Amino acid sequence: MKFDILKHKLVPHHEILSQEEVEKLLKTYNIKKEQLPRMLLSDPVAKAIGAKEGDIVKIIRKSPTAGISIAYRLVVKEII
Amino acid sequence: MTPAKKVIGEIVFGLLSPEKIRKMSATRIITPDTYDEDGFPIEMGLMDTRLGVIEPGLRCKTCGQRVRDCPGHFGHIELAMPVIHVGFAKTIYGILKATCRACGNLLLNQKEIEKFRKAYEEVVRRGENTSNFAKEVIKQASKASKCPYCGKEKLPIEYDKPTTFREAGHKMTPSEVREWLEKVSEALGDDLKLLDINPKVARPEWMVLTVLPVPPVTTRPSITLETGERSEDDLTHKLVDIIRINQRLQENRDAGAPQLIVEDLWELLQYHVTTYFDNQTSGIPPARHRSGRALKTLAQRLKGKEGRFRSNLSGKRVNFSARTVISPDPNISINEVGVPIDVARELTVPIKVTPHNLEEMKELVKRGPNPKPPAGVKYIPGVNYVIRPDGRRVKVTEENANVVADRLEPGAIVERQLQDGDIVLFNRQPSLHRMSMMAHKVRVLPYKTFRLNLAVCPPYNADFDGDEMNLHVLQSEEARAEAEILMKVQEHILSPRFGGAIIGAIHDHITGCFLLTYKDKKFKKDDAIRMLSAAGYRGKVEDEMSGKDIFSKILPEGINLEYKAKACVGCEKCLKEKCPYDAYVVIKDSKLITGVIDEKSIGAFKGEIIEYITRKFGNEKAREFIDRVTKLGIAAIMIIGFTTGIDDEDIPEEAQLQIKEELEKAKRKIQQLIKAYNEGELEQIPGRSLEETLEMEIMRVTGRARDRTGEIASKHLGMDNSAVIMARSGARGSMLNLSQMAGCVGQQAVRGERIHRGYRNRTLPHFKKGDLGAEAKGFVSSSYKKGLSPTEYFFHSMGGREGLVDTAVRTSRSGYMQRRLVNALENIKLEEDGTVRTTTGEIVQFTYGEDGVDPMRSIRGKAIDVDLVLREVEHGK
Repeated sequence: MKFDILKHKLVPHHEILSQEEVEKLLKTYNIKKEQLPRMLLSDPVAKAIGAKEGDIVKIIRKSPTAGISIAYRLVVKEII
Repeated sequence: MTPAKKVIGEIVFGLLSPEKIRKMSATRIITPDTYDEDGFPIEMGLMDTRLGVIEPGLRCKTCGQRVRDCPGHFGHIELAMPVIHVGFAKTIYGILKATCRACGNLLLNQKEIEKFRKAYEEVVRRGENTSNFAKEVIKQASKASKCPYCGKEKLPIEYDKPTTFREAGHKMTPSEVREWLEKVSEALGDDLKLLDINPKVARPEWMVLTVLPVPPVTTRPSITLETGERSEDDLTHKLVDIIRINQRLQENRDAGAPQLIVEDLWELLQYHVTTYFDNQTSGIPPARHRSGRALKTLAQRLKGKEGRFRSNLSGKRVNFSARTVISPDPNISINEVGVPIDVARELTVPIKVTPHNLEEMKELVKRGPNPKPPAGVKYIPGVNYVIRPDGRRVKVTEENANVVADRLEPGAIVERQLQDGDIVLFNRQPSLHRMSMMAHKVRVLPYKTFRLNLAVCPPYNADFDGDEMNLHVLQSEEARAEAEILMKVQEHILSPRFGGAIIGAIHDHITGCFLLTYKDKKFKKDDAIRMLSAAGYRGKVEDEMSGKDIFSKILPEGINLEYKAKACVGCEKCLKEKCPYDAYVVIKDSKLITGVIDEKSIGAFKGEIIEYITRKFGNEKAREFIDRVTKLGIAAIMIIGFTTGIDDEDIPEEAQLQIKEELEKAKRKIQQLIKAYNEGELEQIPGRSLEETLEMEIMRVTGRARDRTGEIASKHLGMDNSAVIMARSGARGSMLNLSQMAGCVGQQAVRGERIHRGYRNRTLPHFKKGDLGAEAKGFVSSSYKKGLSPTEYFFHSMGGREGLVDTAVRTSRSGYMQRRLVNALENIKLEEDGTVRTTTGEIVQFTYGEDGVDPMRSIRGKAIDVDLVLREVEHGK
């Protein structure tokens, strides 16, 4: 049986953004996709949630300073 | 700012080809000698005048210019045999591993190469670093066992640092390597880029040197000593070595000497060329000067803290600065700095002459560089230089002062000496945080030291045991405005490090306020007047005042606070206002109701009142309060009187007996433990060996013994004891320090264990072998006051040494860690939208610190202080 890493308490909540959400995000920060922090396509969480290259993943995690903090990451293929 | 005339489009790094080296060379160098008997440079020697000139009077034979104008010109040495360039040895190794020795092709088939070509394009398109890509290509190619093109078997290549390559154990000469590399550049052509080599500017075989460029004399000037002797630069020495060996190699080879001798000389040449580039190459001994000092060759000129980059390009010496010893002055404000007259006369502020200030400036210039102050004044500023509108700099002297003043016209710049109120930057190394460099206002004072207020010692981490500090005078209006708004001391009362006050009262200020406000001390009217006037209070004073009332007078209006003081002992149930130690501070409407003022109220790092005032009323009011409270503290301690001496640690006979008994008890307990251990009756702690259990138990007993003696001692040291007052108020020292002085010093440890190293099975020959008792393992039962026995002293030194080594190691290690952090983070910036981004706009954090809170404006790291808000609401504000 495979272990569901998404249920582990140290793995924060990840979700893939929809097309509209992506556009809104890029507009609010006035950035291009490449200016986002990245995560690898081979990242265990990326695999678990079925992210594709070019997807943007929203990460919601607990923060000692702010209670809850939200970050976004661009999924990229492995860099040679 | 004037716009840049030229814009750098791109920079390309490449290799120098032998042809290029010869072409840019002014002359070939053949003789290792430098000067002839008359001291004139020898032709085709290392100091040939075609390479530029360093002596005044001579003209360069290449460009015809004199000393300062001739930039110098390169020469060259023709090497008899090729040698490997150390800087490229690793690159060469990679190429040798990845290519075929027979045909020079990459050991990859067409399909693989095609794949890599495509991937390369992609990497370039993304604008990413291609060096990691090359590593991948080499990794892939070196897997092959046979060349896919000519079928030649691939032999394993080994690399012996720094410059030796072996093919299946056979040592390759640099010539062989060069031939191989020639084949590679022939066969690969444009595909060289896959190996991270730009074929347009570099060919692999150029990494094996056949010609060596000789840098101009201007980069390696010789120095003439007082005795008239010439001393050559290290680089020149090294070049002499290279030429000598090169000559011998050539002669021997031409004369047909045995292969062995030629190879030895060849290797020697390789050594000299290697150390010429980098004299710290691992694997070979550094070349040394006759005196035994290692030579400073090319890499050493650039590398490290004293190298060209860190000490000449990233950092530079500056004008308009001064450095001298610091000393305290409690009478100046925290915003001020005392500058000695001698320093003030040397440092200047530029003032532009306009029609509006022309007359004023004329009067100023007329004073000359060393004006005599009028009666009753210690100092007035003069003028050192005047810069005329045409840019000429005129030195003002007593003789020409009137003439220069009369000729003064709008557009000129007068360099006025420092005067009171000028803004300067003040700094103490190590500059670990931004409070290490703050702006102060000048106060010109007599004598020779910089004076600073004691309350700014904590941010600078300064004391007066010989510390020196630097001062920089700002030279433009913008700089002064920026410094005044952002860098003034009062702007840094709250630290961004922990969101609390970092500037505040220290030592005697705290003792003074403590003595003043402890319990219900009463003061006569004239004492109260003396203290309050010293603190700058102007107003009514009642006939008999309590210390708390006096302190209340200097508090700004509208303060309501409630907190536990430093003197709080942490009772199980807090009695609040009825605290028997007077350690519960209540301030209502700026009146100190209960509680004593100590470190927690006004101290640097802790000061609650300072923090509160800064947040509520701003920096200006806080500065005023700090200035006042420190003065009040000093006035109070002077009127009440305070002293501490060795008799503060005296304890009565009975207490000493008690301590002795306690120590005896501990020693007996330890003997019991040892006995139990020897008889195997000791109960083992889970996860520990029996020995470890014993050690832990003993450590616990010794630790308790020290605490108990401390308790006994402090029972006899009351609040009438100066040392206790200092410890309890947080002014200086701790109760632990006191109990070590009066009670017993306690167990000494090295690496967290009782002292066990020394002789075989014992620490010192004073003890029996295998003695596990307290004394034999570093328990110091004497107090500092009583004095240590010789063995105790020795153990104490062992523990002390460890402490010293630890601090030394810690500072160097944390310094390097910080350097690495600074280099990694220096370009990251907080943008207006609250995101943290790199210079290219890549997002690092979506909200600064995840909560967007400025730590300096936070309350000890938190965005709001809920308790404080509740209390404010309660008070109806």
